[in-house]
Amino acid sequence: MINRLPGYILSFFVLVLLQVLVFNNIQFSGYVNPYVYILFIFILPFETPGYLLLFIAFLLGLTIDLFSNTPGMHTFATVFIAFVRPSLLRAISPRDDYQPGSSPTIHDYGFVWYLKYTVVLILVHHTLLFFIEVYDFIYFFSTMWRIVASSLFTLIFVFIAQLFVFKKDKSR
Amino acid sequence: MRNFFHFIIRNHFILLFLLLEIVSFYMVVNYNSYQRASWISSSNSVSGGVYRSFSDATQYLQLKQINEELAKENTYLRSQLPSSFKDSKDYFSLVYDSLNKRQYTYRTAKVINNSVNKHFNYITLNKGSNNGIVKEMGVISAKGVVGIVKDVSDHYSSVITILNTRLLISGKLKESGFFGALGWDGNDYRYVWLNEIPIHAHVVVGDLVVTSGFSSIFPEGILIGSVEVVERDKGESFYRIKVKLSVDFKDLSYVEVMSNKMKEEQLNLENSND
Repeated sequence: MINRLPGYILSFFVLVLLQVLVFNNIQFSGYVNPYVYILFIFILPFETPGYLLLFIAFLLGLTIDLFSNTPGMHTFATVFIAFVRPSLLRAISPRDDYQPGSSPTIHDYGFVWYLKYTVVLILVHHTLLFFIEVYDFIYFFSTMWRIVASSLFTLIFVFIAQLFVFKKDKSR
Repeated sequence: MRNFFHFIIRNHFILLFLLLEIVSFYMVVNYNSYQRASWISSSNSVSGGVYRSFSDATQYLQLKQINEELAKENTYLRSQLPSSFKDSKDYFSLVYDSLNKRQYTYRTAKVINNSVNKHFNYITLNKGSNNGIVKEMGVISAKGVVGIVKDVSDHYSSVITILNTRLLISGKLKESGFFGALGWDGNDYRYVWLNEIPIHAHVVVGDLVVTSGFSSIFPEGILIGSVEVVERDKGESFYRIKVKLSVDFKDLSYVEVMSNKMKEEQLNLENSND
């Protein structure tokens, strides 16, 4: 656990910088924006205590807010998925429960499990984020479209990250 | 008391969750209503520093295009020099008069962070109060109006752009002089809407839309865009005009921040009318 700490700190910084410098500048068709930084909440180990999960989410959201001029919005959405994560993990746990020492990856628990895990969290996060950003229900349908499209792109990048970064981690 | 602590320890997860959500929601609401919390915007020194070093690294890729823009602006400015006019004593004379003092001064600044895809878009500039920039100065680029300075720190400032549903700018049709409020609807970053133009006004597609000069922030006649579509809802006595912006917000590199020396004077006079 302790020897994996530097890796997590590094991926925190890498994900934040990737988000603010690269992904915030990718705009598919004008207003679709992937928010890949929440991948950090996905990769935290199963044993992470609840309060730590919430604090990390708060810090992560606040850092992203700091860079994108959106005080509180990312923080709110990210803390919320951190709150949902333990119950979600319990709800979709495999028959023989999570093995100690394993991590929430495709490699350990398979494609379908990972898809369920990420889709729910991404949808919850993006729905909250976009509705807080708009702060209004006037643009309901355009906001729904943004949520679906952005979630799809986030999901694609989250899966790409699984295929590349974490395989290397495993072989170490 | 012990029961109370037991309660907190047993429910610490939910309580902490609620606390953090209240804090972040407070930030959202506070920011929306008063636009305070300026320490957490991208004009603060940490994020401003990161953005600056990133834009220092990437600006080389845009050098060619920036050069072209500068060259174009140079030719335009040169064409305005007194030496490019025929100097005839009959109609052109210079008299020193304190009323002819320059009203607007300009400062160049570089855009180090930019967004077009949110409902509330802001840009960050690499100059702040140390360079004489204060709140509510107008920001323009060589192609037209960009926005208004919202927050300043020592070295950075953040600008609320036309592409922000919270900003309305007073604009008018250059040909006919009818004026109205310009605002963005949050969809396409290339277009804004001009409202409040009465239906007896003569509007043609392609007409230029410029600043009206009523706001004390921008002088009259700075280009905003051109009329793209003219709409009129049934029973309405005003047009809804879709305006194509002259500034390409995806492609902003250098802007000019303008200060109006007589703004205080104008505002004081206007306030004394109430």
